[in-house]
Amino acid sequence: MLYREAGDFKTTYAADSQTFPIRSDRWRYFAVLAIAWGVIPFVIDDYWANAILVPFLIYSIAAIGLNILTGYCGQVSLGTGGFMAVGAYSVYKLMTMFPEVSIVVHVILAGGITALVGTAFGLPSLRIKGFYLAVATLAAQFFLVWLFNKVGWFYNYSASGQISAPERFVAGVAVTGANTAPWAQYLICLAFVTVCAIVARNLTRGSVGRKWMAIRDMDIAAEIIGVNPLTAKLSAFAVSSFFIGISGALFFAVYLGAVEVGEAFGIQKSFLVLFMCIIGGLGSIFGSFAGAAFLVLLPVALKVLGVDLLGWPSSTVAHLQLVAVGALIMFFLIKEPHGLAQLWRVTKEKLRLWPFPY
Amino acid sequence: MSADFLYMIEVVINGLMAGVLYALVALGFVLIYKASGIFNYAQGVMALFGALTLVGIMEGQVPFAHIINATFGTDLHQFGWTVPALLAILLTVGVMILLAWMVHTFVFRHLVGQEPIILFMATIGLAYFLEGIGDLMWGSDIKTLDVGIPQGGSLWVENLSSGLGGEDFYGFFIDKLDITASVVAILLVAGLIAFAQYTKQGRAMRAVADDHQAALSVGISLNFIWVLVWSLAGMVALVAGIMWGAKSGVQFSLSLIALKALPVLMLGGFTSIPGAIVGGLIIGVGEKLFEYTIGPMIGGATENWFAYVLALLFLVFRPQGLFGERIIERV
Repeated sequence: MLYREAGDFKTTYAADSQTFPIRSDRWRYFAVLAIAWGVIPFVIDDYWANAILVPFLIYSIAAIGLNILTGYCGQVSLGTGGFMAVGAYSVYKLMTMFPEVSIVVHVILAGGITALVGTAFGLPSLRIKGFYLAVATLAAQFFLVWLFNKVGWFYNYSASGQISAPERFVAGVAVTGANTAPWAQYLICLAFVTVCAIVARNLTRGSVGRKWMAIRDMDIAAEIIGVNPLTAKLSAFAVSSFFIGISGALFFAVYLGAVEVGEAFGIQKSFLVLFMCIIGGLGSIFGSFAGAAFLVLLPVALKVLGVDLLGWPSSTVAHLQLVAVGALIMFFLIKEPHGLAQLWRVTKEKLRLWPFPY
Repeated sequence: MSADFLYMIEVVINGLMAGVLYALVALGFVLIYKASGIFNYAQGVMALFGALTLVGIMEGQVPFAHIINATFGTDLHQFGWTVPALLAILLTVGVMILLAWMVHTFVFRHLVGQEPIILFMATIGLAYFLEGIGDLMWGSDIKTLDVGIPQGGSLWVENLSSGLGGEDFYGFFIDKLDITASVVAILLVAGLIAFAQYTKQGRAMRAVADDHQAALSVGISLNFIWVLVWSLAGMVALVAGIMWGAKSGVQFSLSLIALKALPVLMLGGFTSIPGAIVGGLIIGVGEKLFEYTIGPMIGGATENWFAYVLALLFLVFRPQGLFGERIIERV
């Protein structure tokens, strides 16, 4: 009743191969876009922007990026934090070296630089896989963080070793720096998220994505049917790092404003993004959003519940959060290895038949 | 002999001592990996948890004191007794066995037959869980652990070796704790090898490591063996936790040595106990030497990444490690 495809006839090839072939899916997608673009910017306040919406959007981009690599191409990476740091430091260098160029260009260029670095660290994936590769990406994580800590050129020899974003404008409105309005922060992140999600969705539907999935499912068979593992794996690393670089750039420039590399982009960040992919669902763009939303909301919800309602000390609640995240990871891996995205699929399947399941 | 050369030797010896601790953690990995194919990322957190529990029991802390106090408005912190070190260690071993049973029964029994990478991610979840539980139970402040291991530089070694160099050389500085740790590690490895070679359970353990189905068909209980290896790994973790905790306090950074154990295993091979030891020593010596010789030229603090980059290079040229079996999947 609520959700069905009956009566939804396609008369053109274009209609048949569109992103959301079912009409109610399409309407929901437009509704989400309309609310995100048309309603939220007018009602957003500082707390919602800083605590929930902006980190959610930025982590969504990172989760989409990692999902392309891990979920679609099957290459596990623990170097996400390091690659986000590459994005952050590239955008910082670009912003300070070419102040007259728009920040949007800088963020995209930062993604491109990260893609190059990611491809370089993806080279071992041609010879190894599984958690051997995971350890290889750990080398990227630790080496990159060390590099940004030690080489003064990256942080312009500032005394504190931190980098902080100068004020930049898009269409006359400040989007970085201390005087940024919450809605401006939100909108620039939303713009990047929308474009990234559409690009990622279409990449994974097309021939590139099919090659990735073939490599993921069985690399030898994929090679036999004519998928070149070299280009498939390296392109997955490049595209994934591109998204992760953009999210790192936004995380630094728009969200935090000032960053100390070991603290903001440490190994914990790599795990956090990996958990988003697992909880949301590996191999699903919707899952990336769901996982990011879940792990951004969980600490906030626990804090509201524990500190504000029960009056527990905040350190106890922080530990409880670790327990909850760990338990959820194990629970999801046991009960629903395909994550929240699979729960959503099952729900839709039920809704199609409801109320007459037979 | 010149003083520079002797300092170099001192760096190597200290590296060996650090390597022993890496090797101890890596040993726990190898045990679980051989028997069940699970790559246990939580090994380091198990070391932390073991050390925390030991301190908590010795000092008679009330577990979950913070939550109990916050919920019921009480003011509990201590039971008011202290437990002697030996008894406390025995009790902690009991806790680790209980933990092993719970981990197996509630988590990994349901994940049998999954892909290795899924199991690996589950252990990352376990690591988070244990870390949170450890902090909730015993509090997150840095604790000192004193189980009566001698500490401080060994004067005996210092006096004995000071004759080797010239006037500006005062002998090797070696911590007594490191010496104790090495001796304990050697005993532990000898004990484990003896256990695996000469006891019934040890033979069963090796049979499971060889072939799950064949082991099942001759009547070996897989569940029992898995709990056994998790318990053994828990005890090895406890030993590593005691040594590391006595050296630099029981704190979160303890769990980070687990990450160092990954490159150790890359070098030594995932399936080899001697490999874990040799790999640990190579990484320990390698990173100290690199820091001593090349570190000052490129800004220092290279210990954070040297091990991983070394492992990365190793992976490209010899993916099975020094002693591992040649069954790695190549693409």
